[in-house]
Amino acid sequence: MSALTGTTRLARLVLRRDRIRLAIWIIGTPLLGYALAGSVAGIYPDQEARLGYATTSASSLVARAFNGPIHGTDLGAVVVAETYVTLALIVALLSTFAVTRHTRQNEETGRAELLGANVVGRYAPLTAALLVIVAANALAAALLALALVGAGLSLAGSLAAAAAIGGVGVAFTAIAAVTAQLSVTARGANALAAATVGLSFVLRAAGDVLGEQSADGTRVRSAWPSWISPLGWGNQVRAFDGERWWVLALPVALLLAGVALAYALAERRDLGAGLIAPRRGPASGAPRLLSPAGLAWRTQRGTLLGWAVGVAALGLPMGVAADEFNDMIDANPAAAEAINAMGGGDDLINAYLTAMLGLFALTIGAYVVQALLRVRGDEADGVLEAALATAVSRTRWLGTQVLAATLGAIVLLLLAGVTTGLGYGIVTGDPLGQAVELGGAALLRLPALLVIAGVVTAIFGLLPRWSVVLSWTALLVFLLLGQLGAVLELPQAALNVSPYTHVPAVPAVDPAALPLLVLAAVAAALLAVGVAAFRHRDVPS
Amino acid sequence: MPVISIGNLVKTFGAIRALDGLDLRVEQGEVHGFLGPNGSGKSTTIRILLGLLRRDSGDAQVLGADPWRDAVRLHRRLAYVPGDVNLWPNLTGGEAIDLLGKLRGGLDRQRRDELLHRFDLDPTRRCRTYSKGNRQKVAIVAAFASNVELYVLDEPTSGLDPLMEAVFQDEVRRVKQAGATVLLSSHVLAEVEALCDRVSIIREGRTVESGTLTELRHLTRTAVTVETARPVTGLDALPGVHDVHEVDGRTHLEVEPTHLDALLGQLIRFGVRALTSTPPTLEQLFLRHYGDDPAAAATGASAAAAATGASANAAATGASAAGGSGASAAEVSDADAPADAPRGGVR
Repeated sequence: MSALTGTTRLARLVLRRDRIRLAIWIIGTPLLGYALAGSVAGIYPDQEARLGYATTSASSLVARAFNGPIHGTDLGAVVVAETYVTLALIVALLSTFAVTRHTRQNEETGRAELLGANVVGRYAPLTAALLVIVAANALAAALLALALVGAGLSLAGSLAAAAAIGGVGVAFTAIAAVTAQLSVTARGANALAAATVGLSFVLRAAGDVLGEQSADGTRVRSAWPSWISPLGWGNQVRAFDGERWWVLALPVALLLAGVALAYALAERRDLGAGLIAPRRGPASGAPRLLSPAGLAWRTQRGTLLGWAVGVAALGLPMGVAADEFNDMIDANPAAAEAINAMGGGDDLINAYLTAMLGLFALTIGAYVVQALLRVRGDEADGVLEAALATAVSRTRWLGTQVLAATLGAIVLLLLAGVTTGLGYGIVTGDPLGQAVELGGAALLRLPALLVIAGVVTAIFGLLPRWSVVLSWTALLVFLLLGQLGAVLELPQAALNVSPYTHVPAVPAVDPAALPLLVLAAVAAALLAVGVAAFRHRDVPS
Repeated sequence: MPVISIGNLVKTFGAIRALDGLDLRVEQGEVHGFLGPNGSGKSTTIRILLGLLRRDSGDAQVLGADPWRDAVRLHRRLAYVPGDVNLWPNLTGGEAIDLLGKLRGGLDRQRRDELLHRFDLDPTRRCRTYSKGNRQKVAIVAAFASNVELYVLDEPTSGLDPLMEAVFQDEVRRVKQAGATVLLSSHVLAEVEALCDRVSIIREGRTVESGTLTELRHLTRTAVTVETARPVTGLDALPGVHDVHEVDGRTHLEVEPTHLDALLGQLIRFGVRALTSTPPTLEQLFLRHYGDDPAAAATGASAAAAATGASANAAATGASAAGGSGASAAEVSDADAPADAPRGGVR
């Protein structure tokens, strides 16, 4: 029996388990690329607009940090600049989580043991997972290339851009294959791999910020840190600007090296064991842990910290960019119009800041959903049963979780507003004033987030088995209504479904109390329904 | 006043009738074995007793209160070890014990440390790194470190080694000595035999038998092997005698305990040279109820079905309610089962 025996069968198992996820990934990425390319083509229709965009992007450090280096004025180059980072991050994370799911998670749950006792080679589970995930990346990239060509971009550039995105997926597949060997838990393996994604983003941003602007002003030549970041490689392919195909060998080389390393590590360790030993902890519980609130803080603080770092890291440059935004507006009236449609109001800077705070509020909605769904996770895991068999009422338990999520949302909103304000204030000379003003403006989004908390709580109470699917669907619907509602000219009644529709667009317009009070009342009603339903249903169910 | 009293309890999950008129009565200070095949409704019953699940109909009282309405107040007075212990993965075992204890209303620090030592549990490890047995130990330590009136244990020792099983049995005896009541769901027959004052056997959501082990033994046949001077005849005509067959001059048969006397009267006429009588093992007792012998099941079911309404508890506890002696228990068994009904069809 060779170390690869059973790989084909296991690959089929991976396909069977993930048939829906993989389909969404393989079809969704090209569709997203197609939609984004179409909208960029609409905003920058002619050479003049693209020249303005390229020059501004090449000279703006913020644009370099967030969008990567611009490579000329071809429509494709603008599309890549606007979409590459988003798509690359998506495939990087999808690949990472997929690898962990089919390797370390199987070991953690004991499924791997069950499989390993059969006629299955030592490397078979890892190889099967990698085969499927690399194939998924390749297929998604091929379809993305088609989609880009379909959106009217040149063939060679489309191929290069799509291959660059696929290359990012392949690179992080390799990295996740290694992290899955290191950590004992799936969470740990994902965290390690996600941290590598974050580090790659920072390295690429640093390399692109430190890079040089070309003589004609429409190109950026990245500095060396971009070259040690798998996220940076995709930019170095220079799609639509004299493609450098050989750069695509880098992710392939990383894949080979990663697989070799993962095999070597797998050879040296036991099934279920990792190379990073789990840390010991305190032998008894500190008094502050020993309550529902203490437990909620303990289980959510890691997530909250991650979100806080992310929000602050985005807020500051977004604030700084507000000033540069003026230059961009001058260069491109179409973009100004787009921003204006998102934020409303006449003052473009305020419209921009409003749009940014709105985006933060949407994103933090995901935090609220994630934090509250922990209750459902606890129920599914059986932990909730143990907790509710103690002298803690259901109302107190669920109330504590809602309170924790709300406090987390307040912290994140404040942080988003304050850091954006600081960034904007630093360039305009009034950091403190702007921080206070935008911090306050951001907090006005809280009632919308409370409604989201209410929606999740109500779903958890009434339809516990559907909690995860329905909660994320609700958030997605709110997001789509907010982002595409105006573009698609949906009726106001449809837009009104989203709580975000009702938040006063501060600072673009003056705050109004009534909509906020109505939102808060709706949130309270939803929470009451959720808690009452939870009190009257079976646990677990 | 019983600590747990359940009458005609019904619980359905969609089309599945998990509990179908279950009866259970646990008296103050006893260790009560709660037995039944997988999927017979033991955990469902326990979750209803904890106020986690809502009953569809029937009565359920725990420590004189309604487990659904008074859940929180009741939970201060009881400790629970789930059948499938799951813990917060990023807490250490020690933290989980303290958390569960504190949420229940406090635990005895000294006992906690002593139990950790006795169960040989490392409290500094994260819960996600524990094996099944160690997760169970966490729940067991958290339960026995609490001073409560009732312990509800759902297959608590299924992952423990024999050494730890012995420690567990010591702990059950200790809390019993202190006056507490224990409801113990278990598949470990030796454990049941060693610990339980009374047992209730359930099957497909109904109580099929309830009583002391001695009483239950009387409901099952005794195996007899006899060697006689002359060939034995006339056994088939005797009531309560089954499976008569002869091997190498020895007669093997099974007899219902109430008919043992008549059997001996018959045998003695043929010159008995040797006789062995083997009482039913606990295993046979359970196999009779666990297996899917329809006749045996029907017999049990009729006993449970008779137990409805106000008289539920008295009738449901069956043999034991009729009194402590074997003779009256046997009467109950006779009343429950017609003489011609085949009993104990399993091996």
